[in-house]
Amino acid sequence: MTEPQEQDMLTIIDASGGCVRPDLVPDEETLARLYRAMRRARHFDERAVVLHRQGRMGVYPPFGGMEASQAGTALALTHDDWLLPTYRDTGAALTYGLPISQIVLYWRTSPHGWAMPEGLKVLPFYIPIATQYPHAVGCALAERMQGRRNVAMAYIGDGGSSEGDFHEALNFAGALDAPCVFVLQNNGWAISVPTTAQTRAVNLSRRAEGYGIPGVRVDGNDIVAVHHVTREAVERARAGGGPTLIETVTYRVKPHTVSDDPGRYRTEDLTREWLEKDPVTRLRTYLTTRGLWDDAREDALTRDITQEFEAAVEEADRFSEPTPSEIVDHVFATPTPQLTEQRAQLLEEYGA
Amino acid sequence: MTTAVDTTTYRDALREALREGLRRDPHVVILGEEVGRYGGAYGVTSGLLDEFGEDRVLDTPISEAGIVGAAVGAALAGLRPVVELMYVDFAALAMDQIVNQAAKARSMFGGQTGVPLVLRTQGGTGRSAGAQHSQSLEAWFLHTPGLRLYVPATVTDAHHLLLAALREPDPVVFVEHKALYTTRSDLGAHAPPPGVSVRRREGRDVTVVTYSRMLHRCLDAAQALAARGVEADVIDLRTLCPLDLEPVVASARRTGRVLIVTEDTLTGGVSAELAARVTELAFDWLEEPPMRLAGEDVPIPVAPALEEASVPTPLRIERAALRLLGRRA
Ligand SMILES: Cc1ncc(C[n+]2csc(CCOP(=O)(O)OP(=O)(O)O)c2C)c(N)n1
Repeated sequence: MTEPQEQDMLTIIDASGGCVRPDLVPDEETLARLYRAMRRARHFDERAVVLHRQGRMGVYPPFGGMEASQAGTALALTHDDWLLPTYRDTGAALTYGLPISQIVLYWRTSPHGWAMPEGLKVLPFYIPIATQYPHAVGCALAERMQGRRNVAMAYIGDGGSSEGDFHEALNFAGALDAPCVFVLQNNGWAISVPTTAQTRAVNLSRRAEGYGIPGVRVDGNDIVAVHHVTREAVERARAGGGPTLIETVTYRVKPHTVSDDPGRYRTEDLTREWLEKDPVTRLRTYLTTRGLWDDAREDALTRDITQEFEAAVEEADRFSEPTPSEIVDHVFATPTPQLTEQRAQLLEEYGA
Repeated sequence: MTTAVDTTTYRDALREALREGLRRDPHVVILGEEVGRYGGAYGVTSGLLDEFGEDRVLDTPISEAGIVGAAVGAALAGLRPVVELMYVDFAALAMDQIVNQAAKARSMFGGQTGVPLVLRTQGGTGRSAGAQHSQSLEAWFLHTPGLRLYVPATVTDAHHLLLAALREPDPVVFVEHKALYTTRSDLGAHAPPPGVSVRRREGRDVTVVTYSRMLHRCLDAAQALAARGVEADVIDLRTLCPLDLEPVVASARRTGRVLIVTEDTLTGGVSAELAARVTELAFDWLEEPPMRLAGEDVPIPVAPALEEASVPTPLRIERAALRLLGRRA
């Protein structure tokens, strides 16, 4: 018997690294791209936790174990499309193209991490839950109204899908045929609250039905499947077919943030089960079985991404500490007379 | 002889008030995000789920409008809900229920029924939580007729004001401060009721009016001022609605100088209301206009040093007091 969690869920490469849908496997180049993206994301996540311990990054919400869900979706976009990540989705953002140095600065609390590189259509990590969903509708409509065939992809967690903004956005996008892809990463937990306590719904993708839009459910630890369904959704949106809700079924094997202790609210039995379904290991097993991967290639990849990461941290380290009077600088494009006065006072108080 | 000193934290004092409320009144229920198993984002409700069960301590979906809306309904139907909003910033998501519903129910039912709802939340800087998790938004509630507004600074007040809130027939917005949860002192057996301001330090030279975490910064500043021969009279408002300015006016008559210190932003903030009222009530005795020291009119930065620069510090309070006295800092 299938467990309810696994009902109606598309898997292409299963947890053991076996292929269950050969008809849906992409070409070798795409497979390599998917694998590389997951490894790169994982490297970041692991190193980020270390940087935090060294006091070189602030509070950080790890995504380890969710690489397939994040990289597989983000790789379905082009740089003309919008990406709206939450705090959990550093993996999606860096896969899309947000520079690692900037991500380090962001989680280091530095204002240098805030402004996006010119032209990069990523919005800053959303921390208030669900607000990104209506924004995605607006981004998508703005693209269409300006005659461009670009889409907007927004992420949310299972817990976040309890907010009104989630439901309003789905309905709104459906009513206006907004070219959106809504990714709902069902990782089983909202801090200490399991998905089963957030909602009675088991299959969250079915909520789409209520809004008259397509909903698909995919094995969130199978990047091949995630990428497949996301590409379909992106193509549909681009072609004028409206929004799609994608539920990626995955698990938060890590703590909520680096300062959370999951031992307070869950046993790790289920975590161990999910570690067996690891997205990186399963694709590597599949690639190795097909003779598309080996230790030499793995070592070369590790060298590459390690070097890239270290160079990025060095770059982040070169940014100067911010000064107090800067705090008034970006309240408005043109400061009010009162703010100008506050700035002068801050300069006097802090001398910087 | 052993005397227990500094035995209770602000967090424990709040929890004990909730526990007492749950014990003495079967209508009290707690609901909010993470209040059950996790024990609240800041640990205030820790242990209450085990003691009182899932019918009285409810982990809700992440849905601030839904939580406050359900609490308003439950209050109208006879319960006394205590909502925990993780961050006061998220009150923005529930503002319709707070402002248009909870606050207006008694009036719009012609006095027949009210909404005995306690909305516990926390605000302020001090944990590098960023622009959307560090605000001091009490002016929003102060500006809304029908809401009581309690802003405890001390362990004893955290406890007794929360107990008082649990007896109120009308909605109380109870704003804790995230930087105070681990502060410790003895838990006093009694405290004045809401609507009574309290002098926390006596002095003849300058009146300092404040509340919540800024009380502690004002007391630190007062100590530094004393070393320079300036004695500050420090008054803790404790509740902003009801508001008791009598001790402030009495003090202003003696000092002639009033410094108002708040963490919320300056423009349109609580300090503006206080300055206006102090001016109206004590104009004849004032040597100088009331001076305000408040949060800068900026989104709170997340970098710790910048965050600190966006709100009054003991040093800036000290300097402001000296300026008000016409002395060089
Ligand atoms: C509007 C709002 N309410 C509450 C919170 C506090 N909060 C931060 S993360 C979180 C849990 C979110 O869980 P989920 O959406 O499942 O995402 P995950 O963290 O598992 O990726 C909560 C309640 C918030 N940031 N914003």
